[in-house]
Amino acid sequence: MALQALTDPTGLISMDSTGPYLHWGVVQISVANLAVILLMLVVFALALFLPFPGSRR
Amino acid sequence: MSAPTTGTERMWTARLRGRAVQAFPPEQLLPDKQPAYVSSWIYVFGVATLAALAMVLTSGIVLALLGPQWYHVSNVGRFVNSLHLWSVELFFFTMVIHLWGKFFMAAWRGKRALTWVTGAIAFLGSIATAFTGYLIQSNFDSQWISTQAKDGLNSVGVGAWFNVLDYGQMLLFHVILFPLILGVLVIWHVLLVRRRGVVPPFAADDTVVPQQPEEVAR
Amino acid sequence: MSVMAKQRARERYYSRPWQGPHRRYDIVKEFVIALIVVALVTVGLAIAFGSPDRKPITLQEWAANAPGDFVATTVAELDGTSGTATYGAPYTNDPTAGQKLGPLPLQRWVGVREPVDTAADFVLGPLGTSANPAVTAALATYTAASADQQNTWATAYADALSKAPDGDPAQVATGDYGPVPALATGLLAMAKNGGLDGLLQEQGGFYQTNYARSLLFLADGSYLEDQARAENLGGDQWGMMNETGSYPGQAWLWLYTFWYQIPPFSSSDNADALVWGLMMVLSAALVLLPFIPGLRSLPRWLGVHRVIWRNWYRGSRTG
Repeated sequence: MALQALTDPTGLISMDSTGPYLHWGVVQISVANLAVILLMLVVFALALFLPFPGSRR
Repeated sequence: MSAPTTGTERMWTARLRGRAVQAFPPEQLLPDKQPAYVSSWIYVFGVATLAALAMVLTSGIVLALLGPQWYHVSNVGRFVNSLHLWSVELFFFTMVIHLWGKFFMAAWRGKRALTWVTGAIAFLGSIATAFTGYLIQSNFDSQWISTQAKDGLNSVGVGAWFNVLDYGQMLLFHVILFPLILGVLVIWHVLLVRRRGVVPPFAADDTVVPQQPEEVAR
Repeated sequence: MSVMAKQRARERYYSRPWQGPHRRYDIVKEFVIALIVVALVTVGLAIAFGSPDRKPITLQEWAANAPGDFVATTVAELDGTSGTATYGAPYTNDPTAGQKLGPLPLQRWVGVREPVDTAADFVLGPLGTSANPAVTAALATYTAASADQQNTWATAYADALSKAPDGDPAQVATGDYGPVPALATGLLAMAKNGGLDGLLQEQGGFYQTNYARSLLFLADGSYLEDQARAENLGGDQWGMMNETGSYPGQAWLWLYTFWYQIPPFSSSDNADALVWGLMMVLSAALVLLPFIPGLRSLPRWLGVHRVIWRNWYRGSRTG
């Protein structure tokens, strides 16, 4: 599969067509960017709340 | 080690070495322990950012070796270009989460202001470096970004020297000038963290230094 | 204790070398693991999504796909009404042009460091290399005429073009435009057969790494912008954050592009300068955060640190 990736320049999932955009008042954001930002918030929350191994009382 | 010759201690070399070793004793430069309060996943985002930066530099070096047009005409080149793009996205992803964590910890406390300052400037410098990267893609994106960005830069006079329409200049800025400056900032930032240690948690009464040095910060 | 004395005392408190309990922490192993994880994630993303590479627009493509726009732009370069011609510094010497940051005409202060004569550089110069006798004759007529006459012809033709259906040069009303139509269609023909791309780029020497001329000419038309807006890359579409296709772009530019979306910036002639000034101030505030009273105390007040250090705080109560 990796070999196919090296010969298929556009990636397994083609992202070349203009992506969906969400509109909310003056705000306009691509689904891709929104996904990145939401993922950052989720990862940040996980980093804060997930227990860290080896911590002793 | 042989005994120093008379007057060695006043030599610039000896003085610099002395100060370097004093500021960064080996056990502090590469420590095998951390204060007990360093036990949260938030702490991995600094090193994750460094790892992402290493990926950016590696993929960038391959792109530099094969020239700026390579990725347009080669499938392998396009793959390396993809590595460069996604490592940059990861770099900003981890760096911003690292920034959020450090903000909520007020990590500039205890004479660590310079650590924050170098980090913040490195953040802004990274944005500038990424910007020049977008300019040298030599595709439609570069055409649009350069002709738009010129207005922002020209409006305050910066565009007269930092000419985003000058492909050659932007290529050199992106491949050598900005990475060098960023490299210095990042190394400085990491050395400062080693020098001062990881910032301690907020304590209830932090305006009185305890008498006994062994007393644990609460 | 005064506020400043408290601050100094806190700085002393938190800068002491840590004397409390430690834990084993293998930072080299941590770095190696981080490298491996980041490498795997990067490779995975690259295989899954690839990267965008939309081909650049050549002048040839522009001439072929939007000839009306190309011709209109050519005439604007001749009569000095194009974006570049009226830009001011660093391209043209126009004391009335240029943005201001409040009272400061920063744009004008740097002077003309990338001089462009739009009529000569974009139109007359390239046409001078043409072997087409119709073009050569039109060129001779144009350059022999007075500046006023040249301007009258060009302005009249520009006006007629804007009134023609679809801006089509073939459907322009008859009138006295002198040699201007021949010059414009001559440049269009040159662009259509691919000669203009190399010609504009090569001005000044064999090796050219500065694309200013070609880009300025291209950006003076509407074709480039139309293509960009179709991909949500326009300034009032939060375009600075976006990328072609469905790729994520530059989410970190969200605050920079935000200001352009709202008044007063969205309708100001000095929007670029104003936004720059504002972002410089905000960036300085970010960098100098440790020194800003109030702002630097925010984290303690917000309390997220209580989650980060919850193990420590729990331990110390029982310890």
